[in-house]
Amino acid sequence: MLELRELVVAYGAVRALDGVSLTAAKGGITAVLGANGAGKTTLLRAVSGLVRPRSGEVLLDGRDIGRLPAEEITRLGVAHVPESGGVIIELTVEENLRLGGLWRRENAALRRQISEIYDLFPPLRVRQGRVAATLSGGERQMLALGRALVSRPRLLLMDEPSLGLAPRVAAQIMAVLRRQRDEQGLTVVLVEQNARSALSVADHAVVLSLGSVAAEIAQGEAIDDRLRHAYLGF
Amino acid sequence: MVEFVNLTLSGITSGMVYAAVALALVLIWRATRIVNFAQGGMLMLTTFLAWSVIDRGGSYWVALAVALIAGLALGAIVERIVIRPVENKPPLNAVIVTLGLLVVLQAVAGMIWGGQPRSYPPAFTIQGFKLGETGLLLSPFDLFVIGAVAVVMVALILLFRRTDLGLKLRASAFAPEVARLLGVRVGRMLTLGWALAAVVGSLAGVLIAPSVFVGPNQFDAVLVFGFTAAVIGGLDSPVGAVVGGLVLGCALSYVTGYISSDIVTLGALAALITVLMVRPNGLFATSAGRRV
Repeated sequence: MLELRELVVAYGAVRALDGVSLTAAKGGITAVLGANGAGKTTLLRAVSGLVRPRSGEVLLDGRDIGRLPAEEITRLGVAHVPESGGVIIELTVEENLRLGGLWRRENAALRRQISEIYDLFPPLRVRQGRVAATLSGGERQMLALGRALVSRPRLLLMDEPSLGLAPRVAAQIMAVLRRQRDEQGLTVVLVEQNARSALSVADHAVVLSLGSVAAEIAQGEAIDDRLRHAYLGF
Repeated sequence: MVEFVNLTLSGITSGMVYAAVALALVLIWRATRIVNFAQGGMLMLTTFLAWSVIDRGGSYWVALAVALIAGLALGAIVERIVIRPVENKPPLNAVIVTLGLLVVLQAVAGMIWGGQPRSYPPAFTIQGFKLGETGLLLSPFDLFVIGAVAVVMVALILLFRRTDLGLKLRASAFAPEVARLLGVRVGRMLTLGWALAAVVGSLAGVLIAPSVFVGPNQFDAVLVFGFTAAVIGGLDSPVGAVVGGLVLGCALSYVTGYISSDIVTLGALAALITVLMVRPNGLFATSAGRRV
């Protein structure tokens, strides 16, 4: 589904990603783990077109999308939930959700999708007319995920969804991801600092360290040593 | 009492024009965080185009349509060519660019039409209504001014609040990066935002033209008052722009009527300082900072 080949992203002289190659299989959840500054967020931003790679390729179903603008990549079915959700706080819950699927130009289908999101996250239905500024952190993360799902993406990029959330809410988000994978065949790239939370749903994990892949972990593999090495350096 | 009513009526009329100019500035500020100092020049140019239509024997309404369409095009062109390169750059760049554009527009207008102010006809008579024996400072044309600006404002509110296009425009203004991630073509939205703002400005130009005349520098005061109104309203709020325009219009009208028309500009400054002393962010600013 998604393949990165020797991806290099640099901010000035600093290489945030230094030749990263990885594959996210269709219908699977790929976790990208690593400490602060390892390049996890940059990796997602490069895939969704918010930063331009200096070299290397971002292949979506074999097509190089590395030089497309973000709004066009979205229209190929890639949804990116940025860190802390990126909910637009001035807009209502309903407007945020609607915005997520507008580009498909299918009004009836969009209304149905939004109603399905409300079924998925009942607290959002209760608050549909309120501005998003009034939502709690957990509700915002639900809204952000819901808004991404409204567009029925093929590939979902999630940046630290469990950051700052109560463990119960984080588990709820992870459960939704797992269900979307199982029922809709959604492909997910999940960036997390919280390895335990991410590995609870991931089929496969990649550990980034200082901009390159330090380890790849298949599901069920004993991971403790290599993870510790990547996070702590010993 | 009659004088007070009359001053208020005339203040509301000119206030609506300031409100329209303020609205044009606020729309652009909200979308791009740029204060468009060229707004006065842009509406001057479109009003000159309308004047040319009338000068060649065209009707008032054709001229008005020409001004509005020209405004739409001019706003889009200016955003695409002049503003696009300085978006997301230090704010001073945009200030210099818009000021430069103002100078260019005024020079071009001077080259084409000369520096001589030209008279511009009103749509309807400016003879005031009469209430028994007392004449009111409110004419059919004044009603048209108030009505035209009000219609445009309602149309804008409906556009922004009730349509998907408006939703995309607001999202692009509030959170451009997130909007792009949701598939909104933010560049187009900015172009459209500038075009809409310029239309509102063009309308203000045509409406105020009968009282200030048409010339390269005749609209400078309108821009200053429009800007003052926008700041009074909080610069960020369309409703604030309208209220700011009306407050300023009435304040200036009282200054003219009760004191002297020589110190109108001073009156605007006083109104601005008074409001900013009480509410430093303007009347309608949402003082809470954005948190994403």
